[in-house]
Amino acid sequence: MNANAVPVWLSAGVVPLVNVAVAFLAAGLVVALIGESPLEALGIMLRGALGSQYGLGYTLYYATSFIFTGLAVAVAFHAGHFNIGGEGQALMGGLGAALVALGLPFLPWPVLLPLCVLGAIGAGALWVFIPAYLQAYRGSHVVITTIMFNFLAGTLLVYLLVGPLKMTGSMAPETAKFVPAATLPLMSQMAAWAGLTITRTPVNLSFVFAMLAALSVWVLIWRTRLGYAIRTVGANPDAAVYAGISPRRITVIALLISGGLAGLMATNEILGVQGRLINEFTAGAGFVGIAVALMGRGHPFGIVLAALLFGVLYQGGAELAFDKPRITREMIIVIQGFVILFAGALEMMFADKLASLYTRIAGRAAAA
Amino acid sequence: MSEAFQIAILAVDSAVRLSVPLLFACLAGLYSERAGVVDIGLEGKMLIGAFAAGAAASVVPNPWLGLLAAVLASVLFALVHGFASISQRGNQIVSGVAINVLASGLTAVLGNAWFNQGGRTPQLPGAARFNEITLPFAEQARAVPFIGAFYSEVVSGHSVLVYVAIGLVPLTWLVLYRTSWGLRLRAVGENPAAVDTAGLSVAKLRYSAVIMAGILCGFGGAYLAIAQSAGFVTDMTAGKGFIALAALIFAKWRPMPALGACFLFGLLDAVALRIQGVSIPGIGQVPVQAIQALPYLLTVVLLAGFIGKATPPKAVGIPYLKDRS
Amino acid sequence: MNPAIQMTGIDKRFGAVHANRAVDLSVEQGSMHGLIGENGAGKSTLMSILYGFYHADAGTIAINGRPSLIRTPADAIHSGIGMVHQHFMLVETFTVVENVMLGAEGGAFTARGASAVRAKLQALSYAYGMDVNPDAVVSDLAVGELQRVEILKALVKGANILILDEPTAVLTPTEVEKLFVLLRRLASEGKTVIIVTHKLKEIMAVTDRVSVMRRGEMVGTLETKDTNPADLAELMVGRRVVLTIEKFPAHPGAVVLEVKDLAVRDARGTLRLDHVSFQVRAGEIVGIAGVSGNGQSELLETIAGIRRPESGSVALNGELLDCGGRDDPKALRAKGLRHVPEDRHRMGLVKPFDAAESAILGCSDEPAFGMGPFLSRDAVLAECAVRMQSFDVRPPDPTLRTALFSGGNQQKLVLAREIERDPKLLLVGQPTRGVDIGAIEFIHKRLIALRDAGKAILLVSTELDEVMALSDRVLVMCGGRITGERRPEDAGEQDMGLLMAGVTSDAPKAAA
Repeated sequence: MNANAVPVWLSAGVVPLVNVAVAFLAAGLVVALIGESPLEALGIMLRGALGSQYGLGYTLYYATSFIFTGLAVAVAFHAGHFNIGGEGQALMGGLGAALVALGLPFLPWPVLLPLCVLGAIGAGALWVFIPAYLQAYRGSHVVITTIMFNFLAGTLLVYLLVGPLKMTGSMAPETAKFVPAATLPLMSQMAAWAGLTITRTPVNLSFVFAMLAALSVWVLIWRTRLGYAIRTVGANPDAAVYAGISPRRITVIALLISGGLAGLMATNEILGVQGRLINEFTAGAGFVGIAVALMGRGHPFGIVLAALLFGVLYQGGAELAFDKPRITREMIIVIQGFVILFAGALEMMFADKLASLYTRIAGRAAAA
Repeated sequence: MSEAFQIAILAVDSAVRLSVPLLFACLAGLYSERAGVVDIGLEGKMLIGAFAAGAAASVVPNPWLGLLAAVLASVLFALVHGFASISQRGNQIVSGVAINVLASGLTAVLGNAWFNQGGRTPQLPGAARFNEITLPFAEQARAVPFIGAFYSEVVSGHSVLVYVAIGLVPLTWLVLYRTSWGLRLRAVGENPAAVDTAGLSVAKLRYSAVIMAGILCGFGGAYLAIAQSAGFVTDMTAGKGFIALAALIFAKWRPMPALGACFLFGLLDAVALRIQGVSIPGIGQVPVQAIQALPYLLTVVLLAGFIGKATPPKAVGIPYLKDRS
Repeated sequence: MNPAIQMTGIDKRFGAVHANRAVDLSVEQGSMHGLIGENGAGKSTLMSILYGFYHADAGTIAINGRPSLIRTPADAIHSGIGMVHQHFMLVETFTVVENVMLGAEGGAFTARGASAVRAKLQALSYAYGMDVNPDAVVSDLAVGELQRVEILKALVKGANILILDEPTAVLTPTEVEKLFVLLRRLASEGKTVIIVTHKLKEIMAVTDRVSVMRRGEMVGTLETKDTNPADLAELMVGRRVVLTIEKFPAHPGAVVLEVKDLAVRDARGTLRLDHVSFQVRAGEIVGIAGVSGNGQSELLETIAGIRRPESGSVALNGELLDCGGRDDPKALRAKGLRHVPEDRHRMGLVKPFDAAESAILGCSDEPAFGMGPFLSRDAVLAECAVRMQSFDVRPPDPTLRTALFSGGNQQKLVLAREIERDPKLLLVGQPTRGVDIGAIEFIHKRLIALRDAGKAILLVSTELDEVMALSDRVLVMCGGRITGERRPEDAGEQDMGLLMAGVTSDAPKAAA
């Protein structure tokens, strides 16, 4: 009862912050364990990520991918499902974009580019369709099937990139370069069109897509009838049936949206930066999405903030690895692991204590 | 002896080797999930175990010490999962993901900082590893066609951990179906409230199962780092924990079929290694990825209920909370 | 002689809820002791403390005169206490023997313990005439058998004190009779039996003494022979309860709901509704009486479009419906059918939602709540404020989380949502379950008012008194069939009991 009565700023503000702080504390201990100063490391990371246009650009570039994958996890969460397959859906999103770009190179950019983006969304959604369908209609647990589909996507992509889609004459597992009409402009290019000069970094138009996606997800979940249905199914499937909302249909729809959002991650990496399809381009962004969604508590605003934080970590981590070779880039993965642990699996560990602390203080204040 | 038999023997032999880590992880998952705790962190526990084994054996060249280190590291991770899942009633899937991500990050960071070999642990000398054991009469038996060859090639010539893994299968069956602990374990995975009202501690039982899973993942990790290989390599488990999870579902959470499922997936792995670039008459070249994808594909088909039905323990994944009504 | 159980000053809080307030309870050895009270009076909490399932914040327990520290169920079992929970505590995939031996295996291996338990089971089954196959798998057993397994489980573990929590909720009258004979026999052999229930009739029928709880307090312990149901009811609720509801005779109009030969199977293939036919007219309340689990839930859910019938027909105002198919709950709402579900927590509300969102459950597609695919937050809040006002929901705050309202206020929210949409037909399941007395009267009045406004109402309640008081006609269900129809004013207690047990005098006698 007490835990229910605490104000929102505590349960949705202070508690997640404490959880994340503890995760960073744990990561700091690891840094100390390998004989480096955590504070110094933090300083290098922050400076590297935010201290220059260059760092900032990279930070936003990383954050873009994480916003997409974080939103993907969150939409599925609202429907009561754990889509652990963002990694595979993003890989397929890249394949979808690549197939359009390589298959229809003769189209003008106003047609080709949107088609490429749709290809990414469609392929991501398609890749979750079978797990979604099996969950909805045959009760096969979507967590397990999406894990399997991650591996299947990985092997499929390897097969295609060393086989049918491989660029002739290249040794690397990658496709040919896309035509320029199938690539997204970099922020620096767009700034140049507006007469501004900013440092050239990989951050590109898809960052704008990511912000739009976050806004759309917020509208979808809290301001549409479909969002209401999704949340009802997630919170109480029996009540949904009673209300005439089909949990099966909503499960499939929510997971398709989730897969589409994960597929959009490819617009950043494939259409925005690489301009061709490469192997393993997701680099774990699907799993970062889990941390981001948990940290952002499923809310698009929180997700954008969490994605920016992880963007800082990724860019700052790269700088850190450069400055302090003893702290490798995988340090980010450690932090990510602690965030998933403390903000996810152990999210209630401090919540109850903070709530009772609050009631005690509030009670004392009321008595005085 | 025919050449086909020779090839088959070699394939089976390498399948045995490849299925051992799967078997350790699969049995680990079996204990945990039979007790009602979902474990998608098999991969991470095995990875940290492999790292600990490689690291410890490189410092003190003794495989048993390596094994002990692997078990301790893996159990530590298992306890984190237990704390989150049992004591804190957190989301078990999320906790499992955290374990996997943490293991993958920590092994790389610590490995690099401690050994400066890009995440590897130093190459181990023979004395620091579990070496192959030649069983009695293996040399003499080689001459006997078929059975003798099978004995000397497939049965004999593995490290002690291989025999431990296979011995664990009937042992697990015995523990699960013939001991009180096994009865309680199965009960707590089906209906923890029944266990609670029978005067038993749900938390203690689940912790014991989770620790068991930690121990077995430690064995699996040690096998990878100091029996199969001569040291730890970054991301050494390479998804084996997930294949083991698939095998567990395939075996419908039963020990004997788990052996079959792990062997089947190990065999697929062995075939995939051999088939690369080989043209099979009438079929042509089979892409190696097609065979690598099979375990995942088969598991999805099984989960879809097209070949039998895989029903998990009823209370798996649900934190136990006394309802106060 | 010392009492078998002496609980003194037991106090227990769950957060803000004071479940037990300094409760004393004394139970004599070899007696049948009833513990009654309304839902939420603290009976189950008290018994769970006695069984070591919860820890009391304060108070002491003495068993047979010896102070006992009962911290876990293991301590309770050790002290000779056995408990049969309302929801059976059995492992479905296990055999009877495995269930009984759980926690008392007698060694590291199960083989010896299993044969010992099997022998004990057979001896007890024989001695008490309880027919249970020790090697049957529990999931194959019927409800009555499951209860017997639970009782055997306690006896095999050496229980001298047996607590039964609402043991008759799922039983037919015949099974109840058999259970009571067994319990009497156990008591006569010196075992102490405590029955927790909210059914006055059962208390009067079998107990020697009865303790009454109200709002967490023990309000009295009486000799059963010195009391009567009216006095007990008064003790339970704290004032004289008006069991009759003032209402004028109904003026039934045209047939609104016509159910013909309706048959429904559950997922396992068991026939749950066995060719049921009846009508409900405008301006009348038709009540369905019966022991819970005899097809009432399936009947409501089928008409509401949640289940699909195997055969038979349902017609609303003469229009044939395709329930569970084309006519899903949403389509049926559009046709004027509204449904107050039996279990509001499971179906009627979404607890994590705020009240306003729960108040549009099932209505979220109405054009009033926004343009096209969008949902207007302002419109939803305004709607809820209006409903809260007209049904006096407290606190009247649409942004408060649904879970934070009391049971009565949650139920009012559901009723407001369903009643105030001008239904042609209202399905109501358990309208006052877990609802405080004040809200019960309010809800009953609103249902009568709806009837008087010319609406058709189909009411399901396992509270016989409620069905009798509200309905204009009562249908009795047993085993998925309608076993009889009575006017409440003509129906005798015994007559209703027989119908609920499936003994039909109405049916044509085949042999004659």
